[in-house]
Amino acid sequence: MLLRYDPSFCQPRYSGCPTLSVAGFRIGDARLTPAYIASHMPAVETPVKTGLRKVALIGNPNTGKSTLFNALTGMQARIGNFPGVTVEKKVGRIQFDNRTVELIDLPGTYSLSPRTLDEMVSVDVLLGRQRDVGDVDAVVCIVDASNLERNLYLVSQVLDLGLPTILVLNMWDVAQARHVSIDVEGLRQKLNLPVIVCEAHRRMGINEIRSAIVHCDTLVAPLRPKPFPAEFYQECSNLTARLRGLGEKHNAFYLIERLLLDVGGQVETTLVEKHGETISGTLADIRGRLKESGFRIPLAEAKSRYAWAREVLTGLVSVPERRVRTRSDRIDGVLTHRFAGLGVFALLMFIVFQAIFTWAAPVMDLIETGQSMVADLVASRIPPGPLRSLINDGVVAGVGGVLVFVPQIALLFFFIAILEDCGYMARAAFVMDKLMKRIGLSGKSFVPLMSSFACAIPGVMATRVIENRRDRMVTILIAPLMSCSARLPVYVLMTAAFVPPVVYSVPFLTAATADWETPLGISLKGIVLFAMVSLGAAISIPVAWLLKKTFFKGETPPFVMELPSYKWPSVRIVAARVYDRVRAFVVRAGTLIFATTVLIWAASYFPGDHSRQHELEASIEPLQASVDLAQERLDRLQDDEVTATDSPDEEPGNRVAEAEAFLAESKARLGLVADELNRTNGELLAGSVLGRAGHFIEPAVRPLGWDWKIGVGVIASFPAREVIVATLGTIYSLGSDVTEDDEGLISQLTSHYRENGIVLAFSVMVFFALCAQCAATLMVIRRETNSWRWPVFTFAYMTALAYLGALLTYQLGMVLLT
Amino acid sequence: MVNTPDELQPGERGRIIEVSGEDAITVRLMEMGLTDGEEIELIGRAPLGDPLEFAIRGYRLSLRTEEARRISIERLQ
Repeated sequence: MLLRYDPSFCQPRYSGCPTLSVAGFRIGDARLTPAYIASHMPAVETPVKTGLRKVALIGNPNTGKSTLFNALTGMQARIGNFPGVTVEKKVGRIQFDNRTVELIDLPGTYSLSPRTLDEMVSVDVLLGRQRDVGDVDAVVCIVDASNLERNLYLVSQVLDLGLPTILVLNMWDVAQARHVSIDVEGLRQKLNLPVIVCEAHRRMGINEIRSAIVHCDTLVAPLRPKPFPAEFYQECSNLTARLRGLGEKHNAFYLIERLLLDVGGQVETTLVEKHGETISGTLADIRGRLKESGFRIPLAEAKSRYAWAREVLTGLVSVPERRVRTRSDRIDGVLTHRFAGLGVFALLMFIVFQAIFTWAAPVMDLIETGQSMVADLVASRIPPGPLRSLINDGVVAGVGGVLVFVPQIALLFFFIAILEDCGYMARAAFVMDKLMKRIGLSGKSFVPLMSSFACAIPGVMATRVIENRRDRMVTILIAPLMSCSARLPVYVLMTAAFVPPVVYSVPFLTAATADWETPLGISLKGIVLFAMVSLGAAISIPVAWLLKKTFFKGETPPFVMELPSYKWPSVRIVAARVYDRVRAFVVRAGTLIFATTVLIWAASYFPGDHSRQHELEASIEPLQASVDLAQERLDRLQDDEVTATDSPDEEPGNRVAEAEAFLAESKARLGLVADELNRTNGELLAGSVLGRAGHFIEPAVRPLGWDWKIGVGVIASFPAREVIVATLGTIYSLGSDVTEDDEGLISQLTSHYRENGIVLAFSVMVFFALCAQCAATLMVIRRETNSWRWPVFTFAYMTALAYLGALLTYQLGMVLLT
Repeated sequence: MVNTPDELQPGERGRIIEVSGEDAITVRLMEMGLTDGEEIELIGRAPLGDPLEFAIRGYRLSLRTEEARRISIERLQ
């Protein structure tokens, strides 16, 4: 590695030292000629450290790794994805002692035996094979001090990498509370590495770790543990020689080890793809020979490494002899109890669901109010015209369309972070596993899917807890089928317009409430609403099954899950997690959502002669003002009338009547212009790209019972399904500010689609229940899967499903109706 | 007498004799510390009867019954 052009290295404050200055150039810098490089580089042959030192952070799940990362880097991480995989890449900076080091967070894992490309990322980063990271100078391995033995398994693999290693014993307080005593100095000497005691959530030991990290250049690589028999290492060197013969230069010792130990692992797969089956034969021979000598691959690795771990800990760690029933066990006794467990689970899920469904609403309303305030402000500054329309209907609506999801995301991750940090999240998966297993998933898919009933966006983002890639992908792909809150307005509008207000009487209940204005019973509208909300979830079961049989085939992953001990959630950790998720959404998905909104604005604005519309918009403003003024005058007069009725020389009654007449007149004039504006808007929309698309697809949507008006509504609502109400309002010349319970819109629909209205209603509702009409969800899927393939796939399969569903509904409905 | 850990009663312990199979699931079980000679204790069952919660090497691990059946143990008293 000679030069790196990564712009992230170009920040001037890190280019103080002369060897770093070369990295300070951007691509295309005129000074960067070969001669310049030759005269400024110390020696062309020697690889020069051009960038910052890099240190990787690795550890088991539930060891407080993210807390330590945040504590070390101060929440300034860059979040992205490793190229080509779904693994999140988090890179932060540590500044200490006037030195700066980059810290790379690797996914939490129990072992470094990569079976998939996703799992290979960590190994590649640590071995300096990951291009976008480069060489790693050292590794920090964080372990749970209260559970050293199992954690040392990963440590023994990390030590095999041959990198300078810093061992962090986190959760020191938990270990103390459990009366686990650890001879830290002894451990330091036995492993020959820096061992630092830490309580990450209390910021204890952080500076010591920072100091060790920034001075990692003084560390030497530790001795490899060598837990396997000598025959194994002999075969390793034979294999290395063999591979060199094949031209394989990357013979990192750890990769050779993995090649032998992981039957069908990622290292083997890659080599077989490259060199063909001869490799498999060689490997089978070696494994056969090792088996004869008593070293059974793949089972022997765990035994040897655990034996090593126990040997290391002997004499250094003492654990209370007999397992005491911990407080955590007693809590578990209740929370996983047959009845109490289910009750607590249902209650917690109810609260979470309520939060994202109901509690987020006021904040979302506030954002929408803010959005319209900004739009009003723009309207008062900029005359009607394309610019105002672009700013208000494109830009402001786009920003609002991103921000409006933030309350739900923040609330869901607030609860998830609390549940995760206190240890309940694993229990939720534990409780629901049996149910979720029936559709081929595991208990870990439950919370993401349940959250999707409020909104698929936080739901998809919450799938990160599912470490099995296939399960995670299937969960992501079916999450948008869950009936989210944005579908409700559509259902409400359609049922209000077309489903007869029948209430079926229920024995006793109806009789008991007979003298109420509306006696209680089961309403048909309610049944329809419930059916629509359940439809997506019901369809998701066969979809999940099918996905598991096709794209995500493979053996059922085991449900081997650690149940961490309960603890009080930390405010800091919860806050950090909420901030992290919201930022990830706004930065990574928000830009794409914004772009989609602007695009759709353009499609509904162009082409068209907007001059009449702008004229009307301009003339409506003074008319509205005069109505307001007239109203105000009338109110004042009426107030005066109340307080000063005995005033003799005035005839207030006359003046009130006058004002009333004036108000009525102003309103009538406003009404005329408003009607014309609504009509013009409707015509403009019909003539726009969007409207033409509606006409264009009419033959395709005829079999669903739709006309072009519904077609336009549906097309316009592909970026966001709730838009259909406003679009139908515009198309029916009622203005775009109608709501789903607007009587004008309901009566328009009822009279327009008189004969087969109810069948049409079902066809539209089924379509909306199954269709992926949400650009934001698709963009979040893009972000979470790190590929365009899956949002495109989701869009295609759900649209096909929706079309078929609506077709079937309409055709069957018409047969039943006639 | 040879048993599997799903046959234990809550609070009962056993010593692992072997984890059968050579596939990824077996390797995963062993990576989590379920190696022969280790003690395993059944802590309890999920409300719906499956999965199961075990104590192994000082931590709590959940396994489905079908995974637990791969592990042969001798019951301890």
